[in-house]
Amino acid sequence: MKRFLPLLLAGTILAGYPAVAQNAAPEIPFDGDVNFLKTPNDVYLGEVGGVATNSKGDVFVYTRTGHPFVTLGGSRNFAHGGSQLFQFDRNGRFVREIGKDGYGFMFANQVRVDPQDNVWVVDQMTNMVIKFDPQGRVAMLLGRKAESINIPARPAGAGGGGEGGGGAAGAPGAGRAQDVFDRPTDVAWDAQGDIFVADGQGNARVAKFDKDGKFIKSWGQKGTGPGQFDNVRSIAVDPQGNVYVADGNNHRIQIFDNNGTFKSQIANIGNPQAICMTPGANPMLYVSDSNPPNDIDKAGQIYKMKLDGTIVGKFGRAGKMPKEFGTVNAIDCRNDNNLLVGEIGNLRVQKVTLHPAG
Amino acid sequence: MKRYLISTCAIALMVCVAPASAQLKATIQNVPEISFTSVPNFLKPPPGEYLGESVAVATNSKGHIFVYHRSAPTSKLWEFDQNGNFLKEIGKGYYGFEFAHSVRVDPQDNIWTVDEGTNMVTKFSPDGKVLMVLGRRPPAIGGAVATRTGPNPPAQKYIFCRPTDVGWDPQGNIFVSDGYCNNRVVKYDPQGRFLAQAGSEKPGKGLGEFNLPHGMQVDGKGNVWVADRSNFRYQVLDNNLKPIGEITNLGVGWTICISQGPHQYVFQSNSNPNGNVPGSWDITGEIYKTELDGTVIGKFGHPGKLPPNFQVVHMMDCRDPNQIIVGEIESWRVQKLVLKQPTAKAASAQ
Repeated sequence: MKRFLPLLLAGTILAGYPAVAQNAAPEIPFDGDVNFLKTPNDVYLGEVGGVATNSKGDVFVYTRTGHPFVTLGGSRNFAHGGSQLFQFDRNGRFVREIGKDGYGFMFANQVRVDPQDNVWVVDQMTNMVIKFDPQGRVAMLLGRKAESINIPARPAGAGGGGEGGGGAAGAPGAGRAQDVFDRPTDVAWDAQGDIFVADGQGNARVAKFDKDGKFIKSWGQKGTGPGQFDNVRSIAVDPQGNVYVADGNNHRIQIFDNNGTFKSQIANIGNPQAICMTPGANPMLYVSDSNPPNDIDKAGQIYKMKLDGTIVGKFGRAGKMPKEFGTVNAIDCRNDNNLLVGEIGNLRVQKVTLHPAG
Repeated sequence: MKRYLISTCAIALMVCVAPASAQLKATIQNVPEISFTSVPNFLKPPPGEYLGESVAVATNSKGHIFVYHRSAPTSKLWEFDQNGNFLKEIGKGYYGFEFAHSVRVDPQDNIWTVDEGTNMVTKFSPDGKVLMVLGRRPPAIGGAVATRTGPNPPAQKYIFCRPTDVGWDPQGNIFVSDGYCNNRVVKYDPQGRFLAQAGSEKPGKGLGEFNLPHGMQVDGKGNVWVADRSNFRYQVLDNNLKPIGEITNLGVGWTICISQGPHQYVFQSNSNPNGNVPGSWDITGEIYKTELDGTVIGKFGHPGKLPPNFQVVHMMDCRDPNQIIVGEIESWRVQKLVLKQPTAKAASAQ
C-alpha cells in the first residue's frame, strides 16, 4: 500500500490539470478522407464498431449493419444477426465478407489484428471474442453467446437467458473467474501472446487469458477508485506488458502492470472511448475523447500522447463533415500519423493523415 | 350540408366517428375540379418483385422516380427512369432502412430518406452512397424493447422520434419534421448542426406547436410548410421557424408538395384515413392545388380502391405541377397523374 500511494497521488495530480492540459495541447494539422473505403453497391457500412489493419495493409471493418432478428414460434426467443465483418485491401477496395451470417455477430464493438495477422472480433451482444486466422477460419473462441433472449429484455448488462448467459459473481462488475463476459468491448495481447479482454459495458473488469485461451485472472469492479471502472471501453498493451485501460465515464485511462496491479492514471483526455498504441519500441498513444452519440456539439477530438501521459497534440472535433468525427469507437494506428478512424455516428471509416510540425 | 349531416349521424350510430369525420372534411367550398388522367401501370417493378406500402415518392432533375416503400425484410428504395422502367435498388440492407416514411431529392439530386422505424434521415449521393446521417437508430444492444407508453421524453437536438419528412431552403439548411412521438420541426445547417426547433416533444394546438407534423416542404422564400395532421391544418413557418399562419380549411393536412420553378404551386392532400372508415370516402381524399399566397386553384381526386382513385395518398411529387406522382399506402401503388386546367374560376383561400 505504501508503494501504491505515491503512484495514486501522481495520478491525482495529473487529474488536477485537465483544463490546462487540454487548452495547451497544440492542434495537429491533418487531412481526412471519408471515401477511402470503396464498398460495392449492395454493401453499406452501418455504425462502425471496429477498424483494424494487418501487416499487409488489409483493412478489416466490424460494423453494425442492422436488422438483427428474433424468430417467432420457438420454445424460447432466439436472436441472430445485426453485424458484419468486411475486408478491404490496402487501397480500400472491397475484398470479401468474413463470417457471413456468423453465430457470434450481433452488435459489433471492435476488431483488432494481432502480430500474427489473426483477426479478433469483439461482440458486445453475443458476449463473444472470436479469433479468425488470416484465412478467415475460426481459430479460437472466448465466451459464449446466450442461447436465447428474454423479452422484454432484461436491463442492459444482465445477460441473456439460458445456459451461457452472463451474470455477476462477487463485487458488482467483477464478473466470474472464467470467460463469461457481459458486453465486452475490446481485446489486446502482450508480447507473450497473453490475451486481455476489456469486459466491458456490463461487467467492469479486465480478464486475462494465456495465449491458448486459458483463464488466468481478472481484475476490476464497478467504482471510481484505482483499479475500479465505470465501464471498460478500450484496451492496449505496451511492449513491457503494461495494460492501458480506457475507463469510460471516469474520464481516465488507468495503467496496470501485466498482472493487473494499478500503476498510474491519465486523466486529462476527456472521456476516452477508443485508444490505439502504435507498434514498435517507443509507442505513441492515440485517445479519442468521443462525443456522445446524441450530440455533435461537444468533445470529439483525438489526442496524441506519449505513454507517460504527455500530450503531443490533438486534432478533430465532433461533426458530420470530413475532418470531423461522429462518436469514434475505433482507431487503427499501425502507421503513426496515418490512421483509420471508425465512427459510430457517421457510419464510416475515415482515413486520417496527420501533418505534425517539423 | 344537410346531406352531410344526415350521413354523419348515420355513421355515428355505428362507430361514433362523427367528431373526427367532421374535422376530416375540408370546409372550403366551391373549389373548381381539375380533371386528370392516371397513366396505367406506370411503374414496372423487376419481375417477381412487388411494391409494398408506397408511402414515399420523389423525382430527380432527370425525371427519375424514387420510391421508398415498406417491403420485407425491410423497406426498400427503388429507382425508376422517367418512363417507369426499373433501374436499381439503392441502400439494399442499409442500416437506416426499416420502416419508410419519406423520400425527397434535393437540388443537387441527392436522395434523402426518412425512416420512422430507425429514426434516421439519410442523404445519399445520386449514385447511392451515404453522404450524411441525421439521427440515430436505437442500438440493438438494448434488446427487444416493450412498446413505449406515456409521455414522450424530452426531444433531443440530434435524436428523432419517428421522423416524417425532410426539406431544404435555398441556402441548403436542412429541415426535418419529427414526427409521430416528438411534435416538432428542426432546422440544421448544411453541415448537419442543430440551429433551431419549433414545437417540442409535447403535442400542442397553438401556432408553432404541432400534433403529428406528418409532411413538410420549404418554399423558394425559405418558408416552411407543415402538414399538421392531427391538428387538421397546415402551418407555415418562416425560415427561423417562427409561425406565420395556418390553413384550416383544406381538411386533415396529411402531406404537402411545393412545385419548383419561379412560380411555385402548393399541393395539399386531404387523404382519406387509414382503414377506410365508413363515410370517409364521401368527405375526404381530394388533393388541392393552391398558390403560395393560399389562393386555392382547384382540387382533384377521390378515394377508391381502383385507379384513378386514391387509397390514402401518403406523398406527392410535383416537380412538374401538371404531372403529379402520388404514393399510396393502402393500395401499394404509385400513380402518375396528368392534370388538365381547372374548369372554373379560382375560389378564395380562406
